[in-house]
Amino acid sequence: TKFSQLSSPPPNFFGGASRESLKMEPLADCSLLPGEERIIDKDIIYICPFSGALKGKVFITNYRLYFKSADADPAVTLDVPLGAIGRVEKMGGASSRGENSYGLDITCKDMRNLRFALKQEGHSRRDIFDILFKYAFPLSHGLLLFAYLSQEKFEENGWSVYKPMEEFRRQGLPNDKWRVTFINANYELCDTYPTILVVPFKATEEDLRKVCTFRSRGRIPVLSWIHRENQAVICRCSQPLVGMSGKRNKDDERYLDLIREANGTAKLTIYDARPSVNAVANKATGGGYEGDDAYQNAELVFLDIHNIHVMRESLKKLKDIVYPNVEESHWLSSLESTHWLEHIKLVISGAIQVADKISGGNSVVVHCSDGWDRTAQLTSLAMLMLDSHYRTLRGFQVLLEKEWIGFGHKFANRIGHGDKNHADQDRSPIFVQFIDCVWQMTKQFPTAFEFNERLLVTILDHLFSCRFGTFLFNCERARDTNELRSKTVSLWSLVNSDLSFYQNPFYTPESNRVLYPVASMRHLELWVTYYIRWNPRIRQQQQSPVEQRYIELLALRDEYLKKLEELQLSDSSPNSSHLSNSSTPNAASPTQHITHLHTPF
Amino acid sequence: MFDGRVLLKQVILLFWPLISTWVQGAEKIDSCQLQVLEMLSSLGSAGGKSAKPSFVSYVTPEEIKSEKEPSRKEKHPDLLPGEVVFCSASTVLKYTQDDLSQRGVFGVLLCTNFRVSFVSDEEPTEEMLFKNKLYGENDIPLSCVDNIYGDKRKLITGGLVKNKYPSKMIIHCKDLRVFQFSLSFSKEEDAKKIFQGIVHHCLEPKSLRCLFAFSYCENTSYPGSYTVENTSYPGSYSYCREHLMWCWSHHSGCALFKTASIPLVQEDNVPQTYMEKMLTAVAHNHLYSVKTEDLSDTLPTVQDILLSYNKFKQFFLIDNTTEFWMSDMKWFSSLDNCGWLDIIRQCLQKAVEVVESLEKENTNVLIMEEGGSDLCCVVSSLVQLMLDPYYRTLLGFQSLVQKEWVAGGHAFLDRSNHLHLKDKVESPVFLLFLECVWQLQQQHGPAFQFSETYLTVLSDSVHVPVFTTFLFNNDGHRDSLLRVKTHAVWDWSVQFDCKAQDLFTNPLYTEKPKQDTSVRKSYRPRHLRQLSLPSSAFKTPPKKGFFKDEADNLKKILGVKRLSRWMLSPSSDSPQTSSSVREFYEAWQTKPLDYHGLLLPCLDGPSIRVWMQRYLRWIHDVQILGGGPVAMLSKVSEILGEVQELQRQLDRHGCTLTSNHKGARPRAKTAAAVIAARSSVRLSSSFPFVTSRNWAFKPAIPTSLLQSLMVTGMPGNLADREDDGGPESLV
Repeated sequence: TKFSQLSSPPPNFFGGASRESLKMEPLADCSLLPGEERIIDKDIIYICPFSGALKGKVFITNYRLYFKSADADPAVTLDVPLGAIGRVEKMGGASSRGENSYGLDITCKDMRNLRFALKQEGHSRRDIFDILFKYAFPLSHGLLLFAYLSQEKFEENGWSVYKPMEEFRRQGLPNDKWRVTFINANYELCDTYPTILVVPFKATEEDLRKVCTFRSRGRIPVLSWIHRENQAVICRCSQPLVGMSGKRNKDDERYLDLIREANGTAKLTIYDARPSVNAVANKATGGGYEGDDAYQNAELVFLDIHNIHVMRESLKKLKDIVYPNVEESHWLSSLESTHWLEHIKLVISGAIQVADKISGGNSVVVHCSDGWDRTAQLTSLAMLMLDSHYRTLRGFQVLLEKEWIGFGHKFANRIGHGDKNHADQDRSPIFVQFIDCVWQMTKQFPTAFEFNERLLVTILDHLFSCRFGTFLFNCERARDTNELRSKTVSLWSLVNSDLSFYQNPFYTPESNRVLYPVASMRHLELWVTYYIRWNPRIRQQQQSPVEQRYIELLALRDEYLKKLEELQLSDSSPNSSHLSNSSTPNAASPTQHITHLHTPF
Repeated sequence: MFDGRVLLKQVILLFWPLISTWVQGAEKIDSCQLQVLEMLSSLGSAGGKSAKPSFVSYVTPEEIKSEKEPSRKEKHPDLLPGEVVFCSASTVLKYTQDDLSQRGVFGVLLCTNFRVSFVSDEEPTEEMLFKNKLYGENDIPLSCVDNIYGDKRKLITGGLVKNKYPSKMIIHCKDLRVFQFSLSFSKEEDAKKIFQGIVHHCLEPKSLRCLFAFSYCENTSYPGSYTVENTSYPGSYSYCREHLMWCWSHHSGCALFKTASIPLVQEDNVPQTYMEKMLTAVAHNHLYSVKTEDLSDTLPTVQDILLSYNKFKQFFLIDNTTEFWMSDMKWFSSLDNCGWLDIIRQCLQKAVEVVESLEKENTNVLIMEEGGSDLCCVVSSLVQLMLDPYYRTLLGFQSLVQKEWVAGGHAFLDRSNHLHLKDKVESPVFLLFLECVWQLQQQHGPAFQFSETYLTVLSDSVHVPVFTTFLFNNDGHRDSLLRVKTHAVWDWSVQFDCKAQDLFTNPLYTEKPKQDTSVRKSYRPRHLRQLSLPSSAFKTPPKKGFFKDEADNLKKILGVKRLSRWMLSPSSDSPQTSSSVREFYEAWQTKPLDYHGLLLPCLDGPSIRVWMQRYLRWIHDVQILGGGPVAMLSKVSEILGEVQELQRQLDRHGCTLTSNHKGARPRAKTAAAVIAARSSVRLSSSFPFVTSRNWAFKPAIPTSLLQSLMVTGMPGNLADREDDGGPESLV
């Protein structure tokens, strides 16, 4: 199988995210992944919002849509994993007038839309529409996600990156206050939690079962992270089932007190991620929040972060002002009206408050409604601020595996992998928002993270692509049922096989340093290189000039060091001076070289 | 509690005369008295209304005890030559603006002919790395005072102050610092005097001769730092008002000119005579056509610029934290509404248009405006900065400012209104130019030899009345007034020591790799520029007249070429221009970026930004401790220092460096040494302006978060909905 029509490799294949695929089976300029198969190809017109209508050919495989223009110079290419497609629609009808009015309209999950035009004669779009619809949404058509078809092999096995016990041991757990429980080994306590949990030492298995009945979806408070010195902990859970009548549960109250007690914290702080009005409203559906009178040794703080629907609409608005063209008049006001950065600010400042409490030696419990969206954002960001291990390349993978994947952020529902129902109200860019927060932190602390922006973009690309198993399914139980780890490849296999590509040259390890980003709009900025990356006017640099200069200088230093070593070697042993260039005697015209240093104005 | 307070108030009022003498005569103040003081201060400010205490002292009585009369007399800053103290007041409380708690330090407040100065009673804590030799962190040069506010944030204007003085005085500075002083603990006489003194010297009209530069220059005699401000435009100010000024020639032969506006056509012959004059002026180097551009048609007026900047600067003159976080919520739209960034964008866009004409169309360009010395200066300097890499070096930039602005007749004195005259139009036009330069620098860092810090310091120096560079309206004005040799701002050693000056160099900058210049020199097309270098470092032979030489040379080169007719293009209409500019930018953008070639700014919304270092440097809540771009740049500087050191060692060995020298040919000085020595200290994002102050390692937690985040217009009110509605499906 070869796309023989095409010749030269595309300049920016796959948005820089998957260099490695170029190494694989060469297929014209679009290399197929192992396990990837061609389905159809067709002459088509791509209505490019930047360069106008472009004639070319489109290729559809079971993994991607690939387009290359025929006569534009330089050639325009598109490489879109089918997983990134959110919606496929027919545009115009057989009788539509006007040029290029008949074709396909594709909405992507990665901040772009694609329009293709076809000839109106002979239902020319029917086959391509059907195929696209089928393969972009395989789960709606009884097909497997591409991750289950991929035959990719990597040097590293990414599934071994995260081992829960190892991670707890790194944190110094279990200890005399906290124990590991296997009560959820068969997902019987809570079907959306991982199998291994850490709970207060004094809480019995029976206690856990009782608490379970009072927490939404059985998501009881469990330990996420412990501060090595002051033993303050971050616990996460879902809302208590207080309801309209204001129910209380002695076991839950006692259990939270055990958490407080573990490091002698006088008052346990409960962070409810929601705006207080929403928390109150939740009582109507049986939920609620911890009341003052019931939880005497706890203080409750609302963090005012909005729900998944608000975030979805916000990102939609953002897309409207950046794609295809960046809003020109009153850009800043338009940006403000999307509220996207305001939401980012609220999430980050919530996490700062959690981290600050922990640094002060106070244990905290974090929840929202179900404890898998806002809660995951807050705990993982706070952990990123507190624990430098999570700022390393592998540590960050552990963080995602633990707080997001392990604790059941509903990736399948939030992203809608392989599902045709684009209007599903469960979809929401919560994880994208979290990665944006991480990006904001890396922007503010450019030397504190071992990984670079490329890693973050790669993660988001494969959040949608369905090429790896990492972000598939809603929870561990579902992953087990579907034998995810044995049948698919982990994204970390790709990343860890080419670590240097994702490394930040400025990284300066500083353990025990707490990072507090500034959650002010003055410092928060739109992540242009992600949200506006399809716009050719945004210069996509492989490396920032600062990074480039730094790497140049590093190389130069090594070169000089080597030279100097050689010179010293030859100086110390005059008999062995052979190097024609560098062994010139010192006496030889030193002035000549000084000019290198003092270049005149 | 409330009743008790009312009662106490009545008691105080009853015994007021007694208490006031008691308080002022007291050498010792104990905590009880402090409470009364607290009450008094609240009375003073709030009249008879609510009695909410507004002041909490964190100073122990012992600290106040140590402040005695005798020691006061010795407390003054190190005075500069020619500096005279006008008045002073002791026991002034300077609030530390960092937090809400109204805490502060006591000290002496002075007003001299150079500055307003606060000398703390406490020992100075630590030496700042980036110390200004002329004024310290608690000094405000008189011309740097922007506004003074009294109680209830009432704006004080000169002339209206009689016998009153406020208990609290807030001073906003032109370099964005904010000082808050309480005068309620000082002797009434002193407080009155210092307040009136400051208001008089900072806000009321004065004569030019009163500016400190004159006393300073007469009293300083550093042989090394004399500067002959030799500028090279021929003739005087009047010349550039009526005539045409040649700014710069593109290597293709076309050139940029500027002039004051052509008078509107009244009678037939008037404009023609004028045109003829202009024609003669450029006839010698004429080819192709000339595009004229009246800047006042498309760019904002100096009044617009002032208005917009006045709104803009308010976002950074922060009195307290709450206010700051309140304004944070509407930050983007406020920024948008003040229009400052848009003015920057417009200036850059206009410059790109001119660049396009010169570079792509090879036509001459004549820019004009009323007076010819405001936006003409902005645009002409920006054009040259974009086209000619020389102007992106430290020395080149200096000469650009010197020729386009100082010699070009920008009315610095009127525009900064140092004299507080009512009939002058104040406007931060020069700052606007620096802002535009900053945008370019931000987008294309490695193209500039000077750093962001250099630009920030330059923008501050406009308000330091020691230098005569930015003190006059034009050269004629200067010559008529200056009999003594004076200090140019470019002699940075007057303000900073060598180490601090190292921070003016950009570690990302590399010189252009040298080609075989000796061979190609003769026929390679080159830009032509005026080589005016008035600087302390390079003394120019007096009155040699660079311009004349250069101009003659130019005439020789161009005289042989065909003379074409004037072509007056209609003033460009904006939608078309903007799309043409966009195409020009896009075409340029697809080519590989050459930092030593043409440089164009991206003008898209997200690309025009706020000059963080300049505007946020004093605001505690937004300092990123251990972060910000400086964290990266300092690492670059560090490694650059190492490379340079290695290079020196290799040179000592007489080793010829054959490899790529790109990285290793920086200026002799870099910031490497400075920063490497400091690498143990965690730098904050406002480095070098606030460096080693020991701030509490507590994060700033935004207050008033949700007030404005009212999610509206959501279909079916999504904000109130549950995250996950129905029953769960796990897969």
